[in-house]
Amino acid sequence: MRSRLISLALMLTLTATVALADQGPHFGRPATPDEISSWDIDVSPDGTGLPPGSGTARLGETVYAQKCLACHGANGEHGPSTPLVGGRGTIGVPGVRPVKTFGSFWPYATSFFAYVRRAMPYDKPKSLTNDELYAVTAYVLRLNGLVGADDVINALTLPKVRMPNRDGFRPWARGD
Amino acid sequence: MSEYTASEHLECAAGNGLLDRRFFLRSGVGIATLGYVLREPAKADPLPLEPWMTAPNGPLPAYDRPSRFEAKVVRGGSGGPPGLNPGLRQFPGVTNIKTPLHLLTGTITPGGLHHARLHSGVPDIDPDKHQLLLHGLVKRPLVFSVEALSRYPMESHIYVHECGGNSELMYEEEPSKAGVMGIHGQVSCSEWTGVRLAMLMEEAGVDPKAKWILAEGADASAMTRSVPMEKIMKDALVALYQNGERVMPSNGYPMRLLLPGFEGNMQVKWLRRIKALAGPTESRDETSKYTMTHPDGMSTQFNLYMEAKSVITQPAPELKMRGPGFYEISGLAWSGYGKVVKVEVSADGGKSWAPARLEGPGSMFAMTRFRIPWQWNGGPAILQSRATDNTGYVQPTRAALFAKRGPWSNYHANMITSWSIASTGDVTHVYA
Repeated sequence: MRSRLISLALMLTLTATVALADQGPHFGRPATPDEISSWDIDVSPDGTGLPPGSGTARLGETVYAQKCLACHGANGEHGPSTPLVGGRGTIGVPGVRPVKTFGSFWPYATSFFAYVRRAMPYDKPKSLTNDELYAVTAYVLRLNGLVGADDVINALTLPKVRMPNRDGFRPWARGD
Repeated sequence: MSEYTASEHLECAAGNGLLDRRFFLRSGVGIATLGYVLREPAKADPLPLEPWMTAPNGPLPAYDRPSRFEAKVVRGGSGGPPGLNPGLRQFPGVTNIKTPLHLLTGTITPGGLHHARLHSGVPDIDPDKHQLLLHGLVKRPLVFSVEALSRYPMESHIYVHECGGNSELMYEEEPSKAGVMGIHGQVSCSEWTGVRLAMLMEEAGVDPKAKWILAEGADASAMTRSVPMEKIMKDALVALYQNGERVMPSNGYPMRLLLPGFEGNMQVKWLRRIKALAGPTESRDETSKYTMTHPDGMSTQFNLYMEAKSVITQPAPELKMRGPGFYEISGLAWSGYGKVVKVEVSADGGKSWAPARLEGPGSMFAMTRFRIPWQWNGGPAILQSRATDNTGYVQPTRAALFAKRGPWSNYHANMITSWSIASTGDVTHVYA
């Protein structure tokens, strides 16, 4: 009897503790993995977040012509929007204004994939299939001379592409 | 006898006519000390009875707007950063719109005049459909509706918001003719009200391995930035209100991230997703943009804080002087490290300085207004202001900043600005 009372008191204490920890608004509802999947579109430099699928520069040329060329121009050099190639050898040259393109400046190819995935094409972002994303990324990498025309770009190979300016960044510190 | 002879009677606080900041606050200082001589009243018609004095007017608007005579007080200065491919102008959603600093005073920016940088226009978000997802390295991924967030305890803070690219025209080889709005108008200050993000993170249960978060917007370009977890848990706010009303559409309606003191771009608008991560995702806007390239070719990344800065907003290139005589020089000063404790003003291009009077809430990360009286003798003058913040940091000259960073770092341009006053009354931006 006595031991039952003790265990009851212990249970009550535990309940009170849990209730205390549980205080607060808690107005968020649980998000299920299925719900999260449609918005979870970021990609980390190690490849975390890259979806299934693959593409080559040769396949990407068609995607580029249809969805990118109007703004970025033939070969990614001249268009009404940002150039995607050029500028190599202009970073850190005394007296020379750096020309910053994907090829000359971006440290990670994964960032390009993630950016196109969320924001491009400008008039219809988030509309490309995963295969189209890999293919067009491969094509722009090819324009910059960083992969071959038939190199297969996928979740395993994309993080391994070494961008020329990979070591051109350092964390900011006060006074920089 | 001259009508206005103040300058010969006044003791200057610094060269070229700057007066003591407390001049008008001193007891016994009045019209006589200033040297005004009241003119004989001239014969004139009686003051007119205008139409609005003699007839009532129409109905009261449900939401008041500035007088129709103030129609010029609007945002402007769009057109993108220097060197931007002119073709980009065909994308009207990729732009920035700046606060007309020369037409405002005080420290709070009206919501409709708060600057905005857009990457795919202003999304037309239905608040009943907007959701904030909190996931990644957390025990319990959560989704919050606007209604759910509105039930949380809230805080109000007066915070400056400055774009990391504000004043980047100061890096240009020749002084920009864009005026104070065009050069410096990507800074504004509001009272923001919202929910501490730390409270939501704690409800989700953050994994100790999570050292960063990714913040993502619901606009078409899904603006994405990484922010250190330390900042998120310290003072990040999910703001639902701006100056007491719901956040303006171009500033993130129905909710935006606020990171007091940090560069504006990190404070993601139309916030739809927070993901706890071990490291930054190295998104486009924290690698190819918002990094500062130094002369050695190395680019600094995650340039978190905006350093102390000040700028004279009156006079300004947009405002022509109305002849010699008394002027109040006024401007704005702020620091991402907290607050400005001193602003000095020069009227002789930095040869001599006088302290300005400071106004404003005085709280951390709030805007400071500075004022100092000036007796302009009608001759050439170069006006400058220089802020010192609570950490002892002093706003640098352009030459000093260039010596450290070189001319191609694009962002975080907080150097001293010089307005040259010509005897014609024209005000121009110069490098001095």
